[in-house]
Amino acid sequence: MSDASTILKAGTPAPDFSLPVTPDQRISLSDFRGRPVVLAFYPADWSPVCGDQLALYNEILSEFHKHHAELLGISVDGAWCHGAYASARKLHFPLLSDFEPKGAVARQYGVYREREGTAARALFVIDGDGIIRWSYLSPTGVNPGADGILDALESLDAGAHAASPGGAA
Amino acid sequence: MTSPQGTLRPPVGTDDHVLGPDDAPITLVEYGDFQCPHCRRAHGVLPKVLKRLGPRVRFVFRHFPLAESHPNAVHAAEAAESVAAQAGEEAFWRMHDLMYDHQRDSDDSLDDAHLVRYAEQAGADPATVALDLAGQTYEERVKSSFMTGVRSGVNGTPTFFVNGARFDGDWTRVESFAAALEEVPT
Repeated sequence: MSDASTILKAGTPAPDFSLPVTPDQRISLSDFRGRPVVLAFYPADWSPVCGDQLALYNEILSEFHKHHAELLGISVDGAWCHGAYASARKLHFPLLSDFEPKGAVARQYGVYREREGTAARALFVIDGDGIIRWSYLSPTGVNPGADGILDALESLDAGAHAASPGGAA
Repeated sequence: MTSPQGTLRPPVGTDDHVLGPDDAPITLVEYGDFQCPHCRRAHGVLPKVLKRLGPRVRFVFRHFPLAESHPNAVHAAEAAESVAAQAGEEAFWRMHDLMYDHQRDSDDSLDDAHLVRYAEQAGADPATVALDLAGQTYEERVKSSFMTGVRSGVNGTPTFFVNGARFDGDWTRVESFAAALEEVPT
């Protein structure tokens, strides 16, 4: 089940994972240690609402990059499916395949939907130390937009500045 | 985080394109893209909804061009701004209507040559609009509108806000959309 009670909360270490991003290439969360990661779980490639959500993130990648953050999409679709989808929609960020064992990473983050057999629409902002700093489970069928992500990345930057006065973010 | 997700920021102000009375109890904001087919569909619904609510509603249009999906959308938005700057708000709304009305005429119906033609029909000087497009005079203004949408939780086009809160309901039918607007707390 995924509901507000199971989704991993701010302050929790983000479970590491290693998932295929293409049929012959994998990405691990720990590859991004030292900079923020935005992890966007979504139910499926090709469904129109997801399309809007990922298309929106695709348009504002430069805003994420201003915070040195990497965006990773993640669903239970296979790597070949992701490849076709990313190419059709001209997506400029990686889509990870939580395909085998199916939904294992979504389960670890508390956002797997058993009945549908897919990830929920859920967002995580993870800091450079691998700690979840913000998480959000979107109501079914509602595309969450990007305002919460950008707010969270700004708070991260503010925190970094406060921790090292005068230092670079 | 100072506001819940899906909150319009900044609120409607003097920079906005507004139809209807300032003291209307209902403010409906659309973030739209002139090349987006769903926005075109909304354009068929909105006039009927606005007519039904009369002076109780004011309507605001903000730009949210999805450049990666719609190659002519950014210039279409810039052309609308150029028309507004030259010929005023009534001309802006004529331009807004013309672009949606012609969106599906052909594959190139929103290219620069067509935009300049619509601008002339809307009451602006076509040469000035062409220069504004070439010089990207209104690029920043359109981009800044887009970013207010991102920060407000726009999640695709069109996205509506009713009295400052994102409207996640059904806007595709006149009856239900108008009814939903009537129910919003003012």
